[in-house]
Amino acid sequence: MKDETAVPLAVEPALVPARRRRRVRPGRAVSPYLLLLPALAVIVAVLGYPLYRLVALSFQEYGLAELIAREGRWIGLDNYETILGDRRFWTVLGRTVAFTAVTVGLTMVLGTLIALLLARLGTFMRLLITTGLVLVWSMPPVVSVNIWSWMVDYEFGVLNWGLAELGLDYFARHDWFVNPIEGFAVITAIVVWGAIPFVAITIFAGLTQVSGEMVEAASIDGAGAFRIFRDITLPILKPIFVILASLSVIWNFQVFSQIWIIRNARPEEHYFLLSIYSFVESFNASRYGLGSAIALVMVLAMLCVTFVYIRQMVRIGEID
Amino acid sequence: MSALAQTAQPRRRRRLRRVVRRFWLNLLGLVLFAVMVFPVYWMVATAFKRGNDVLSFTPQFVPRHPTLANFRDAIDRELFWSSVRNSLIVVGAVVLASVVLAFLAALALAKFRFYGRRAFVVIIFSVQMVPLAALIIPLYITLSSVGQVDRLSGVVIAYVALVLPFCVWTLRGFLAGVPKELEEAAMVDGSTRFGAFVRILLPLVGPGLVATSIFAFIQAWNEYIIAYVLLSSASKQTVTIWLANFTTGTTRGVDWATLMAGATLTALPVVVFFVLVHRRIAFGLTAGAVKQ
Repeated sequence: MKDETAVPLAVEPALVPARRRRRVRPGRAVSPYLLLLPALAVIVAVLGYPLYRLVALSFQEYGLAELIAREGRWIGLDNYETILGDRRFWTVLGRTVAFTAVTVGLTMVLGTLIALLLARLGTFMRLLITTGLVLVWSMPPVVSVNIWSWMVDYEFGVLNWGLAELGLDYFARHDWFVNPIEGFAVITAIVVWGAIPFVAITIFAGLTQVSGEMVEAASIDGAGAFRIFRDITLPILKPIFVILASLSVIWNFQVFSQIWIIRNARPEEHYFLLSIYSFVESFNASRYGLGSAIALVMVLAMLCVTFVYIRQMVRIGEID
Repeated sequence: MSALAQTAQPRRRRRLRRVVRRFWLNLLGLVLFAVMVFPVYWMVATAFKRGNDVLSFTPQFVPRHPTLANFRDAIDRELFWSSVRNSLIVVGAVVLASVVLAFLAALALAKFRFYGRRAFVVIIFSVQMVPLAALIIPLYITLSSVGQVDRLSGVVIAYVALVLPFCVWTLRGFLAGVPKELEEAAMVDGSTRFGAFVRILLPLVGPGLVATSIFAFIQAWNEYIIAYVLLSSASKQTVTIWLANFTTGTTRGVDWATLMAGATLTALPVVVFFVLVHRRIAFGLTAGAVKQ
């Protein structure tokens, strides 16, 4: 990694002319803004403006008639009253939070364990597992959903067969999606399987920074593997953990396509997460205002996580 | 003599213990590898099986009668070529636009100190965090009011905005690594700022341009929800929509063998490119939390 980013100094220091202070021309002050302008324009157009529209829509009655007229009807806080007073909304919110907690927790724990294992293996095994991780990581989400949905197929799913062979006859000819808990177990597996490689590879890269001398000193002092992990590795890796966890929360809180595709674009109500709920309210029921209010709740929840992430970035001096 | 024998004994035992430990760790590693890679293997294996061999109650772990028929079926399936063409158009436009825009912005961040710089950095980091599923509603309504729904250009603009933060940040890292002395030396040699840029800067940030292009390529190729909502007519659909339609488009049984062949084809370009740059992407996403 190092040799790729570090730039070889082709010029001998002696040949570098004494740095003269160049006169600041007025053009120089303007140019950074000119350079930023195109990127900023696209970001504002595609993300900033829609975000503003989202807020506006959430205060409006916006159905098919309004879509055709291109003009919403202002109704104040009615949409929020509707969703906050709806038991269904709270159930979906709770389910989304639980789903995020479980998937992020599993991803972080398994990712860390794999990283620790990688640090203890020889070069060949390490290369083998890293290759596997990269292969899994590179699977497009739509592809991995299809693979898993084939593996848990009612009649011919290889997972059903395997579990039945292990003596769990319950899983022979088993439909995983009748019971939403089992259905979510499959969805969790898809999401966690896809998310582990990034976490494991990043933590492993971080582990290589933990100095061997410190670990050795601690182990001479009689610290066990767990103590060493808790008191040396963990504090050093904390910034990485915070960043990985906040990214994972953001990604898993808005899981959409996995559920949408595995439920054949017609997810039952007990498979609703906030993203699906907001989507169905908007595009299936044509209640765009109500859908926007739900989506805004998502955005606000994510704002808190984003804050943690940005603060960590500022702390490690990444944003200067 | 006796003292030597006494120390040799535990040393041998320690070595033995290390060998045993190494054995278990390697075994654990192998099991992990097998479990992790199995789904991908299963996709490819299924793609090469004959129809009857796919639908057997006892799974066939190695295709006994390997065939390419499933791939032929997948390619012959309606809309395959038009989806590939649409995806390529979208990907090409996204890569081109995002790399150019990101390069300009990265240049500003790496080479200039100016008022509002920090605010811009915070904005691009926050932007990565806005949930797509939330933005799709206003995006749809906004684009429909300017007649950009069901057009590839609308999707392209949306994707460019999504990949920009990562691209800007990665390129900024490369540009910041170029020492000022190098640029100045080139300028003293009589080249213009532009000449210095082309001859000195460009070769040095080349790997960064490759990494960001591939990142943009993968994101645009993989994206589902925006394409699903914005591209309503079948002739406009992209590869991911084509693939998802195997299951979402039918009410009858799914043709798994063909689906797995289609999935393999969809994943293939991504795998090839991703292997090249995965390290850069891992580091780019955590941006400096891991010192390279």
